[in-house]
Amino acid sequence: MKPDTDLVPTPSQTVGPFFAIELTTVEHCVQCVAGPQAEGERVCLTFRVVDGEGVPVDDAMLEIWQADSNGKYNHPEDAQAKKLEPGWMGFGRVATGEDGTCVLETIRPGRVTQSASPQAPHLTVGVFARGMLKQLYTRVYFAGNAANEEDPILQLVPSERRGTLLARADPARPGYWSFDIRLQGDLETVFFDV
Amino acid sequence: MDSVGTRASARPYARPPEGSQPPSLYEPYRATIKRAPLKPLVVLPHTLSEVTGPIFGHDRVGESDNDLTCQHPGEPIGERIIVSGRVLDSHGEPLPNALIEIWQANSAGRYRHIRDQHPAPLDPNFTGAGRTLTDEHGAYRFITIKPGAYPWLNHYNAWRPAHIHFSVFGTAFISRLVTQMYFPGDPLFAYDPIFQSIPDERARQRLISKFDLETTQPEWAKGFKFDIVLRGPEATPFET
Repeated sequence: MKPDTDLVPTPSQTVGPFFAIELTTVEHCVQCVAGPQAEGERVCLTFRVVDGEGVPVDDAMLEIWQADSNGKYNHPEDAQAKKLEPGWMGFGRVATGEDGTCVLETIRPGRVTQSASPQAPHLTVGVFARGMLKQLYTRVYFAGNAANEEDPILQLVPSERRGTLLARADPARPGYWSFDIRLQGDLETVFFDV
Repeated sequence: MDSVGTRASARPYARPPEGSQPPSLYEPYRATIKRAPLKPLVVLPHTLSEVTGPIFGHDRVGESDNDLTCQHPGEPIGERIIVSGRVLDSHGEPLPNALIEIWQANSAGRYRHIRDQHPAPLDPNFTGAGRTLTDEHGAYRFITIKPGAYPWLNHYNAWRPAHIHFSVFGTAFISRLVTQMYFPGDPLFAYDPIFQSIPDERARQRLISKFDLETTQPEWAKGFKFDIVLRGPEATPFET
């Protein structure tokens, strides 16, 4: 690495309205992060994206990045002494439909513990759409998980807004969860400056 | 040298300089008005979740996926071009095996997308989508046709400058970049709120490819160069 060289990162531009011809074709969507053989508690997560007027955003793309059921990422930077599940990638990519929703099939990740304060199980989400000049980052935590109380990132979020980062379990259907992404407004989802 | 195995937490990534990235809310681009967050973003110290990200393999890319002119029985209409360059991190280090996906309008300014109602012809020999992985030097190359400018409804008589959409994955989920590459000398730059949304003039200019005689192939196709810089880890003073 040459610390003297300092290049400015290329500016972001909106993904626009027509990305589906490449990014979210049938072949390039990754709706299933964890195949049926994957270890862990199965989760079917429905996202719903709405704009500042509550109108469903029907042309958004969500990208998901998550650890496996042990809390291990498939990445050389992950130095946790944990075994990576064979075949684990941890990436998802889904596009919203007319009602602003899309469904992700995965497992609940384990806790990422490569720091003094272990993180609660979470998914990292990148939100892309027409009208967004750069992607927004948010996180999905699971409501009711005791580890949320000590998660170092949730503690940075004003308590009255923390709820926007919690996926809610469907009481009628075990394993089904939902997560709203409100781009703007009173109940605006917490987005992170990364 | 700091070894990965001994680190207590993740090495943070450098944040882009002020003004070098567009804001979420830029009113001249009207669609941002209802889609930009208005509450303050929460500043996130980088954890393993931010500095890791998907690493794709060659199974994701077909051999001729980087040639948009050979995906159909006939040749597409338009000016054949070669777009090439390198993907680097902010230290100037080339990034090998970076997945690049592109999509674009055809030479008449029409996308092969159900929502594109611009009354310009579709080209049966052009889909306008491709992908590739950078090689060991961070280099990539696409063969395509020069996209046309097209109208949109943002404001009266609004036209997008000709552009190719680029989606790039780096080494971390937070170095993920979606952007647009433009062509030198386009008279529409001054009127385009998407291009103009980047506050810093020099940063904006980085989205304009350069004509390149060296990669131009005689009697066949013009060459354009477009290098892409992704966010990299903060430099540590102890590293050499």
